[in-house]
Amino acid sequence: MPEPGYYGRFGGAFIPEILVATFDELREAFESARNDPAFWREFEEMMSTYSCRPTPITFAENLTADFGGARIFVKREDLNHTGAHKANNVMGQGLLVKRMGKTRVIAETGAGQHGVATATMAAKLGLECTIYMGEVDVARQRPNVFWMERLGATVVPVTEGSRTLKDAINEAFRDWVTNMDDTHYALGTACGPHPFPEMVSYFQSIVGQEAREQIQASAGKLPDRVYACVGGGSNALGIFSAFLEDDGVELIGVEAGGRGAGIGQHAARLGLDDATVGVAQGYKTYFLQNAEGQMQETHSVAAGLDYVGVSPILADLHEKGRVRFESATDTEVVDALSLTVRREGLIPALESSHAFAHAFKEAPQMSPDEVILINQSGRGDKDIFTVADAFDDPKWKAFIQEKAEAYRG
Amino acid sequence: MASASLEQYIRERRREKDILLMTHIVLGYPSFEASIQVIDAMVENGVDLIELQIPFSEPIADGPVILHANQKALAGGSTVAQCFDVARAVCARHPIPMLFMSYYNIPFMHGIEAFARDSADAGIRGAIIPDLPHEEGAEMLEAMAGHDLDPIFIYSPNTSDARMSAIAERGRGFVYCVARKGVTGASTDFGGLDEYLGRCRAATSLPLALGFGVSNADDVAALVGKVDIAVIGSETIRVIDERGVDAVGEFVAGLR
Repeated sequence: MPEPGYYGRFGGAFIPEILVATFDELREAFESARNDPAFWREFEEMMSTYSCRPTPITFAENLTADFGGARIFVKREDLNHTGAHKANNVMGQGLLVKRMGKTRVIAETGAGQHGVATATMAAKLGLECTIYMGEVDVARQRPNVFWMERLGATVVPVTEGSRTLKDAINEAFRDWVTNMDDTHYALGTACGPHPFPEMVSYFQSIVGQEAREQIQASAGKLPDRVYACVGGGSNALGIFSAFLEDDGVELIGVEAGGRGAGIGQHAARLGLDDATVGVAQGYKTYFLQNAEGQMQETHSVAAGLDYVGVSPILADLHEKGRVRFESATDTEVVDALSLTVRREGLIPALESSHAFAHAFKEAPQMSPDEVILINQSGRGDKDIFTVADAFDDPKWKAFIQEKAEAYRG
Repeated sequence: MASASLEQYIRERRREKDILLMTHIVLGYPSFEASIQVIDAMVENGVDLIELQIPFSEPIADGPVILHANQKALAGGSTVAQCFDVARAVCARHPIPMLFMSYYNIPFMHGIEAFARDSADAGIRGAIIPDLPHEEGAEMLEAMAGHDLDPIFIYSPNTSDARMSAIAERGRGFVYCVARKGVTGASTDFGGLDEYLGRCRAATSLPLALGFGVSNADDVAALVGKVDIAVIGSETIRVIDERGVDAVGEFVAGLR
């Protein structure tokens, strides 16, 4: 019998004493909610009336024909309110916050999607909200910062460490150890101390539950391969969870290959060989760290994948051989995004485009009888600045220059 | 002094002083030479125990002052191997107990048994690992016990009575009582501690240390009769930042 909160040798709760009581409270609240059938119904009701659940799956007919291999289907998490799967976890934790009677939520954000989703939930449920965001990410995701602030959240730029997602998580914990009496920390991914990996996966499992039924209805069979991008791992666990028992379904997690192999160049913990097992941010998993245990810089074109650690649940599934891990480089990702936009009229987020990029590599080698399911975890409109830069779009640059001139006036 | 246990040392020292002082430094901040100089000044000015923090890139329980010191030490190239070297040097030349403080990934990556062995070889007497609750610490505790190193556990104001007792069974040397919620380095109101410290005393017969927000002679005086050890953490680093390494001796001398 494994210890609670452990997945194989990964997971655990490496937390300062001051937070032990808070985690006890959270674990109990989550257990009680999970054992109450009315809670999941309330969650589904909220997600079908406030967000866009069930999100459809779309047959990517043109790409299927282009590649001449497996039939490609796309699970449309981009159609959620606020534009990504993040809403599932956030609304679920929001309902839990109400059950716990807390009045304030805090969250970390990388790309800004989880921050926007949390600020939206706080506005809807009447909670105070503070979002911690690395200064680097604030600079590259201004539109999301704008919306968080309009939604009433206080956005705190984090100037410590590498000034990205991991540092935002550290700052959120520092807030929480001070304000835990009225505050819940709505961690955005299936990482961190127990029960977060389990709880976030639980809320995201709605993605896989829907997708499993939908793909059988649309494709007439279970998928042969399911692809999802992996930052912390919540969208991947969401869609994979429904297929874990199906031996014929291969599950593929695609990490950020950034500029290629070598520590500091990417954010692939399991798909490349640069990460080792360590303990940080409250849990044990593979981290991009040096031999003495200091976390190293990571890089990805997609802020939401730019993280040193990975869900302990995925680390275990990797070790057991149940999930295969791959990585896609920045260039491959931008190409895949471009192709998907032009051929299917879908705009995947840069994060999600990692899953597309790797699926496109494998699809041509597969037979037309086979079925691929890609999780489009979020929409790419938020990435307009990064994508425009990647395309070096002259009309976009001219527009920004004109806009800047107008503000200067 | 090596033969006396840490707990005996504290009790004997307490016969001479009404409160002991434990100070904290981040090894390699602002440099290893400065660390040694600061430790020398602390010992010369009567400090009774010193926490030597091995820098870590993700010090989640520390506030901005110690966080910056960790980051600057690492940016300056501070390594765990150098921390062991400095620890060995200061343990050899000073008669007071030195403890390591770090986050669990440091011993984990060093190798837990090797970390305990190397710490003991260097002359270190115990360790404080704030992100290692005893539930996760079986391997570390066993390795430390094997090398006669004392695990210093932490109590906080929201630790239940039952949990305090469970921790007391595993702790040795003394218990570090965190004065309040939050991270290191912010100020603390020491007026309302009696009920909490009463619970701490009831839970363990080990000596008690109190830290988080202890920054001057008034704070230390307020703790006399309440705990055995006052812990001055962030304030020494603040002194170094604002007044330089040379100011540490005078600051420490004025605390008691």
